[in-house]
Amino acid sequence: MAWAAFGVLAVLLIALPFLVEAGLGRTWVRILDFAMLYVMLALGLNIVVGFAGLLDLGYVAFYAVGAYFYAILASPQFGLHLPFWALLPMGAGIACFFGVLLGTPTLRLRGDYLAIVTLGFGEIIRIFLNNLNAPVNVTNGPQGINMIDPVRIGGHALTRPIEILGVQLSGPHAHYYLFLGLTLFVIFAAIRLQHSRIGRAWAAIREDEVAAEAMGIHTRNVKLLAFAMGATFGGLGGGLFAAFQGFVSPESFTLMESIMILCMVVLGGMGHIPGVILGAVLLTMLPEALRYVGPLQQELIGRVAVDPADLRMLLFGVALVLVMLFRPQGLWPSPMRARELRPDNPDQVRQEQESLYDAER
Amino acid sequence: MDVLLQQLINGLILGSLYALVALGYTMVYGILELINFAHGEIVMVGAMVSVSVLAALTAAGVPVALALPLALAAAVVVCVVTGVLVERVAYRPLRNAPRLAPLITAIGVSIVLQNLAMIFWGRQYLSFPPVIEVQVYDVLGATVSNVQILIFVVAALTMGGLLLLVNRTRLGRAMRATAQNREVAGLMGVDVNRVIAATFIVGSALAAVAGLLIASYYGIAHYNMGFILGLKAFSAAVLGGIGNIPGALLGGLLLGVIESLGAGYIGDLTGGFLGSHYQDIFAFLILILVLTFRPSGLLGERVADRA
Repeated sequence: MAWAAFGVLAVLLIALPFLVEAGLGRTWVRILDFAMLYVMLALGLNIVVGFAGLLDLGYVAFYAVGAYFYAILASPQFGLHLPFWALLPMGAGIACFFGVLLGTPTLRLRGDYLAIVTLGFGEIIRIFLNNLNAPVNVTNGPQGINMIDPVRIGGHALTRPIEILGVQLSGPHAHYYLFLGLTLFVIFAAIRLQHSRIGRAWAAIREDEVAAEAMGIHTRNVKLLAFAMGATFGGLGGGLFAAFQGFVSPESFTLMESIMILCMVVLGGMGHIPGVILGAVLLTMLPEALRYVGPLQQELIGRVAVDPADLRMLLFGVALVLVMLFRPQGLWPSPMRARELRPDNPDQVRQEQESLYDAER
Repeated sequence: MDVLLQQLINGLILGSLYALVALGYTMVYGILELINFAHGEIVMVGAMVSVSVLAALTAAGVPVALALPLALAAAVVVCVVTGVLVERVAYRPLRNAPRLAPLITAIGVSIVLQNLAMIFWGRQYLSFPPVIEVQVYDVLGATVSNVQILIFVVAALTMGGLLLLVNRTRLGRAMRATAQNREVAGLMGVDVNRVIAATFIVGSALAAVAGLLIASYYGIAHYNMGFILGLKAFSAAVLGGIGNIPGALLGGLLLGVIESLGAGYIGDLTGGFLGSHYQDIFAFLILILVLTFRPSGLLGERVADRA
């Protein structure tokens, strides 16, 4: 039975881009690709926020590091065109290094202070990206880096259409399968991490740092590991983003982006992998789906009263507020968290509230 | 020497504005332990309302001495209503929810406010009407304008008023009690919900004043101005020790001074390698350094570990 469900799911995932293209058009295949990318990023941040309970508001910095690392070494910027498959793990490694660099001095800070320091770090990285075009032009400043090499598999650039076994695959379709494979790998890694010795140590720190330390967990190193691990996934996502988009600029790595990824984690259900995946997919799709409010207005009141582009983010904000008001534990919380937050047990609620991301409190 | 003095003056004026906004963050944080991300947007609303009211009034021929206070009053009313509404709708229902939930609603509210402002006022910059004739004074080789002095004086008076309110009145005592321990304050007969609402009222009124002053400082208001401003003000609050009112003042002034000194000297310090557009880096770098060595901020009380 489980195998049958698994088979159906696999077939569905493989057929998905074709179904989506037939139903909604080619743009939505691209959106699907982005959804996969955000699933990877959200799962990375989930390690930091959901598993270890450390509030990180500068996650996008690691994403940026991964993206720019690839962009600089595989574009006309310096005339370097190093291979994607060598740069991707290296970019993830560099992002990991940055994670350790930031984490080492700051991880002893309490929750909100950690949040603001990570936020500051994210801004610093973005400002550097914005201004490192003089005196030596490294990042090409606000214009960003263009014409980044696409992903190549066996000499074939993934952006070109290709025919495999009589099926025509466009660029977005091919990227979908690449991203799907990597996303499955990230999901697998996240699940294995959660149930490993380290994962249990993270949970222990999240719930009560002092008690965790008393149990013999080296809290500083274990927290640093969570940070580094999250950063690694961020760097991985960044490399993929750069190669997929073919273009990076500091615009893509603002604080809003960090906040967006955090919203995916919290809205879906912190620390619960299926919930985080749901959150990432929903929040990627929602702003795109809200583009249809223009035609909808036309139909309902006969004219376009408010520019749909303006209304889109407004509705998005309203949706964020509403979901949190009605499901503060997230859309799909882990069964254990849902139990802990049941209002008929105020003591546990209190304990949970206090330990959520601020273990030392 | 005059460059140093000039940057110090600029920094103090900018810092007094940061401090005014930082107070709003710190008051809410002190009582609710909530990062009120929407506060920067409330400042933006204050700036937009005061600029458009001022423009309308001066165009109608109302004298400046009357138009300025009226614009300020309009901004205060709109900001207070917005602030109370935000608290009521987005924060109060989540008071016993996991701590990250109100953070997300705060972000949601700030997106909503920003986009409402964009729909209402449009995407263009509103310019602050030139109601006061600018006069520039010479102070020991540095220059300072009458508008700058006015900004500094108004900011200082507002902050003084807040300190009096918090330290000398019954409401202020209730606020401090609620910040220390919400439940015990409730047992002592403090109406906690009212105190929290009052905190939002006071914070939003401060935001309205700050909005007007900031619009006159930069000469423009824009629907997008709240976010980065809020970010810096929040950094200032953390720098001083969040939840601590004198800390927010100190943090705001310090951040302003650091920023303008940084902008003025970073070129010389790095041999021209880094230019003045790195001023934001300076602010955040100092923030990270301070917090690394004093994890609870400059004036924040040392929170003893639970062990």
